Amino acid sequence: MALEKVDLTKVKPYGDTLNDGMVQMSFTLPVSADEEAKEAARRLALKMGLEDPSVVSMKNMGPGFSFFVVYGRCAASIDYTGIEVPKVEVETLSKKEVEAFIEEKIKRDITIIGACTGSDAHTVGIDAIMNMKGYDGHYGLERYNGIEAVNMGSQVPNEELVAKAIELKADAILVSQVVTQKDVHIPNLTELIELLEAEGLREKMVVVCGGPRLNHELAKELGYDAGFGIGSYAEDVASFVVDEMVQRKLV
Amino acid sequence: MESKLNLDQKMIQEARQAAGTIADDVQYFIDEHTTVTVERTVVRLLGIDGVDELDTPLPNVVVENIQQGGGLGKGAAFWIGNAMATLNKSPQEIGEAVSRGELDLTKIEIKDEKDIQGVIDEVAKETVGKIQKNRDRRDHDMKNIGDGEKPYLYVIVATGNIYEDAMQAKSAALQGADIIAVIRSTAQSLLDYVPYGPTTEGFGGTFATQENFRIMREALDEVGKEVGKYIHLCNYCSGLCMPEIAAMGALERLDVMLNDALYGILFRDINMQRTLVDQYFSRIINGFAGIMINTGEDNYLTTADAVEEAHTVLASQFINEQFAKKAGLPEEQMGLGHAFEMHPDLKNGFLWELAQAQMAREIFPKAPLKYMPPTKFKTGDIFKGHIQDAMFNMISIWTNQEVQLLGMMTEAIHTPHIQDRALAIENAKYIFNNCRDLGSEITFKEDGIIQSRAKDVLSNAHDLLIEIQRNGIFKTIEEGKFGGVKRMRTGGKGLDGVTKKDPGYYNPFVDLMLEGGA
Repeated sequence: MALEKVDLTKVKPYGDTLNDGMVQMSFTLPVSADEEAKEAARRLALKMGLEDPSVVSMKNMGPGFSFFVVYGRCAASIDYTGIEVPKVEVETLSKKEVEAFIEEKIKRDITIIGACTGSDAHTVGIDAIMNMKGYDGHYGLERYNGIEAVNMGSQVPNEELVAKAIELKADAILVSQVVTQKDVHIPNLTELIELLEAEGLREKMVVVCGGPRLNHELAKELGYDAGFGIGSYAEDVASFVVDEMVQRKLV
Repeated sequence: MESKLNLDQKMIQEARQAAGTIADDVQYFIDEHTTVTVERTVVRLLGIDGVDELDTPLPNVVVENIQQGGGLGKGAAFWIGNAMATLNKSPQEIGEAVSRGELDLTKIEIKDEKDIQGVIDEVAKETVGKIQKNRDRRDHDMKNIGDGEKPYLYVIVATGNIYEDAMQAKSAALQGADIIAVIRSTAQSLLDYVPYGPTTEGFGGTFATQENFRIMREALDEVGKEVGKYIHLCNYCSGLCMPEIAAMGALERLDVMLNDALYGILFRDINMQRTLVDQYFSRIINGFAGIMINTGEDNYLTTADAVEEAHTVLASQFINEQFAKKAGLPEEQMGLGHAFEMHPDLKNGFLWELAQAQMAREIFPKAPLKYMPPTKFKTGDIFKGHIQDAMFNMISIWTNQEVQLLGMMTEAIHTPHIQDRALAIENAKYIFNNCRDLGSEITFKEDGIIQSRAKDVLSNAHDLLIEIQRNGIFKTIEEGKFGGVKRMRTGGKGLDGVTKKDPGYYNPFVDLMLEGGA
């Protein structure tokens, strides 16, 4: 039997057969684990649009809570051909290539300031990008020739960051936001852009944000030039910054 | 304990001695200074509590009043005792009078030192007695209700709302947790005051307030009876209010406190002079209150490499041990920290982690070692994450760790959901039970990968300690030797709260607690 071809206009989850729509999920219900709870989980899955839902595991999580693993067939499909996601379009250069790019096209050292702003005390992200050591074998910006990297650390107020940017005549600002619980990062990120605009600096700088729950689309929406999510390294950020500087004639 | 790693005992001894000298050096500095938060702690321990109409805590109001009058060098106890002796009022009445602007503590007639100390000692002894009672109650409950089997299962709650936290904590206890830690709101470490009353909003955690401590304690006592074991409560005695939080915890019977100056210096940019002075008093309180401290060495590995910088973890454990000893904290309460943070792709990484954990166990045989889960290389792939946590649990049971901060498969995604915690507990219970006596069954190959690794790490830690002994801890931190983070002696937050003690400085609690401590 010939294999059925994927219809990209109607893509569905794949379990072991094309278009079987198999989905696995798990969740907790705030009711004690009993037969009624199990049936509630099944009916909930039906309401979510899953066909033939099957509750394969129910666990008691103490009085008033039960945990479920559920399988079902997803009835919905998606037109894959009509999707376009905004992403950072710049090709990532290696550290050496970034350094050469700066020397040839910018012809001066550039200054990049990084900080974890607002109440966020988690410097893991900004450290991974900025610090000499970098992360996972990818050196940080401090190690780049031609880049003056200044890591302001954690819990930096936006005002302080902007003041530092003015003082050092920064070419780019990197903001890291790790704590995104209850969307605390959104007003904080918005405030920075507003401050930069008020100071007339927004157009003179490349402004980038990053963090595990951030992406390019959200960053653009908030008024940033780019957003970097999980799995981004110093060279991704550096490549974007130097390219953007040249594109916008900020050299 | 029989050494499985064949560690060089002489080298351990030398390293310990060097750490002792390092701590001695700092102790000279500590003994000559006090800080605003140390004095606010004294104020709290004398029974002054509450806030003024602007929500400023009375301990802050009182200490600011003394500071403005230039009297901080004599200590808050001196001025409050003087006011008590002169005005015949209780500490709380005095605090309230200061907050209403009716009393200026440094401007009243100064009584004889003996009279002052007499009235203060009476109040101080009462508080110390209260803390002793809490300690007795804990011992009693652990004996009569029961206590979890080690490694204790340690989980966090962090909803921001203390009532929601209490509910989740009970659920976690019912699933098998032994220690519940209430993560603090991220900004709290840098506040130079402790918020007041119950709180229902926080960022990435819940504010540490005395009332929140009380609410959680009550919830855990309740669920403890239900599950037949004492449930330990943990909070964060760190940041700019380190000793104040120790005092609050001692009064509300917390059981475990994160308590590490180096952590604050490196990761919260708190001034090193300030926080080392603060740490000393907070450890005295924790020691006396029978609270197990947890140190933060594990955090170095979130910024520095777990393979290359493993020796800095060990060196810091040695130093923390000596600092704790100086504050009268017995080894049984020293929850020295370390972590399972090597890259999961590393060939034989598990063996190296095993070497590190076993080494800590052998070098600090009585310490209730706190073992932290993988976080740095958690990606959002929850399935992989669950396996990483299983590997971590395996090492813990194998090497007799005592406090197991459970890894969450949803690390790097969100603060734990109720099922994340349940699955983490299930994971640990399964492995702890299934491998219970693995450690006593297995020995390591002589000069094999595990023994050699431990030997190297010990040797590097030894050399680092000798170097720190030569340069002093302040300079070592300035050079970025820990966690790869550089901090300046006069940099960071809170330095303006440090004052040199004047002759006649008085703090009754240091002696009372050091004498009465275990």
